[in-house]
Amino acid sequence: MLTTDRVAGGALVLLALVVFWESRRLPLGSLRNPGPAYMPVALAAVLLCFGALLVVLAGKAPKLSTVSWTEWRHAVAIFGVCAFAALALERLGFRTTVALSLAFLLLGVERRGLIFSAVFAIAFAAVAFLLFDTLLRVPLPRGPFGI
Amino acid sequence: MAETLQNLALGFSIALSPVILWYAFVGCVVGTLVGVLPGVGPLAGISLLLPATFGLDATRAIVMLAGIYYGAMYGGSTTSILMRIPGEAASVMTCIDGYAMARKGRAGAALAIAAVGSYVAGTVSVVALMLLAPPLASFALRFGPPEYFALLLLGLLVLAYMSSGSMLKALAMAALGLLLGMIGIDQMTGYFRFAYGVVELGDGIGVVPVAVGLFGLAEILATAGLAAPPQVIKPKLRELLPTRREWRESAAPIGRGTVLGFLIGIVPGSAHIIASFVSYAVERKLAKRPQEFGQGAVAGVAGPESANNAATSGAFVPMLALGVPSGPIPAVMLAAMMVHGVSPGPLLIEQQPELFWGFIASMYVGNVVLLILNLPLVGVFVNLLRVPYPILYPSILAFCILGVYAVNGSVVDVWIMLMMGGLGYLLRKLDFETAPIVLGVVLAPMLEMALRQSLAMSDGQYSIFVARPISATLLGVGLILITLGLRPLVTRGLDWRARLALAEKGDEHP
Repeated sequence: MLTTDRVAGGALVLLALVVFWESRRLPLGSLRNPGPAYMPVALAAVLLCFGALLVVLAGKAPKLSTVSWTEWRHAVAIFGVCAFAALALERLGFRTTVALSLAFLLLGVERRGLIFSAVFAIAFAAVAFLLFDTLLRVPLPRGPFGI
Repeated sequence: MAETLQNLALGFSIALSPVILWYAFVGCVVGTLVGVLPGVGPLAGISLLLPATFGLDATRAIVMLAGIYYGAMYGGSTTSILMRIPGEAASVMTCIDGYAMARKGRAGAALAIAAVGSYVAGTVSVVALMLLAPPLASFALRFGPPEYFALLLLGLLVLAYMSSGSMLKALAMAALGLLLGMIGIDQMTGYFRFAYGVVELGDGIGVVPVAVGLFGLAEILATAGLAAPPQVIKPKLRELLPTRREWRESAAPIGRGTVLGFLIGIVPGSAHIIASFVSYAVERKLAKRPQEFGQGAVAGVAGPESANNAATSGAFVPMLALGVPSGPIPAVMLAAMMVHGVSPGPLLIEQQPELFWGFIASMYVGNVVLLILNLPLVGVFVNLLRVPYPILYPSILAFCILGVYAVNGSVVDVWIMLMMGGLGYLLRKLDFETAPIVLGVVLAPMLEMALRQSLAMSDGQYSIFVARPISATLLGVGLILITLGLRPLVTRGLDWRARLALAEKGDEHP
């Protein structure tokens, strides 16, 4: 039976195996004199044990099919906006990136009006930039033409 | 004692200077706003606002961040009472009777009792912090690498034991956090570990993107698509004064909540959540009319609110005295202090007395500021909740991106936040706690360094950990906790952590 704990435990086991594989490039050292790979390998072994225990003892956990994913469309859109922000922040600058991200979320995801979305997005980006960059002197990236 | 009072006078001379007062005030206001907003708890709030303190000197920055911390704890109670939405996790228990009081038309009284209880608890526990931290710091001067290794390990075990739900799952999350903390340059040999050519990962993955991702972004991902939040009950100012009976009924729970909260706060773990849960359970047990709990019992608001604020101060004891964070929020505070060149630990009180005592005194001042702020301005804060969530969450998201980027000026941190947000969202769905991951990320480099230094000291002999009395005792306590925590695997029925997990989901009263 596919339960939440079984899925999570399986993922942790997989991650532990990946860490074992990736650690082979680093010197392991010895028990008495640990090298840079020693601690990651030890932790991966611990994670492997916990993951395996979760898989074995997962019988009473809720079934995976009972987990509700009703908000997945919103989650994917927000995730996409964050990825866009990470890609665009240093290319387009803070103000343009944030204004575009907010406009997309308000207009495209939340179905707010065009004018409201545009005004809110631009005003928010401008005020946040003024507050943090200009007043609090936290350097934020500028895009083409210093915008 | 005379020396303590002298030091406190020094602290007050710093804390009452207009500039420091201003930063304490700003911290408290921002913290209250952060606490009121659903989805932005104290952890994400402090992380996001850390860059705003970069231009300040260490004392001002720490005072402001501490103000944000306990302001958020205060603010969390407002949404619990008026909307049945806990602004932060520790306010879960306040939701039950606070909202019931609000529905009976006693919202103002519930808010006043919560504010006064928080004030009393906050002030008394700062006195305890002041008296306890210096002797503990002197004791900690005897700690070498083996003792620190045992202490850090114990911290993780206690956090896992104190987590609601399964200890096995909490330990797995702690191990995952420790593994994430391995990314970056190995401090002893200079090897790059798991960096894959990304230079920015040399310093490891920062606690801020991890905390904001796991707590801020994950919350937005999980809640943005849900139906509109419930209606806000707006209290009238003239209803703010509790009746004489309500004051009488709240006095003892406030006292008990304060003592319980502080003691639980010192212990590593999600202290303020556990403190409010334990206080609620104790009050219900001691009540003459336990059937009133859940229907608007005054003690059900006064006890948990006092306990969670007392725990906030208690959590600062191990952080300031030992340099060891006892939970994810102190871990972010520790990182914030380090950004400002302050290393909390046994030597802090000796070497930077003006910072330590100024911080202590500012906590007294902050509690007064919060009491003055919270009651008359409750209507203003509540208005924030009238902003529709579909407009609020994009704004919070923009602040997440800004806050994370600004810490190091690096988009790599934004990517880390994004990945942690996705991980946190999935872990929420699978019913895993994410707090141990944050603590693991912070403790990993310290733990590894302490282990390797200990082995270097003992010529590779692991017996050093049991040969030294302090580390042996700490490890012994850890072993007992593991045994206790894994007991439910072989016995039937719900233990207290399972009951706490159910209460957090709103399925059961403790």
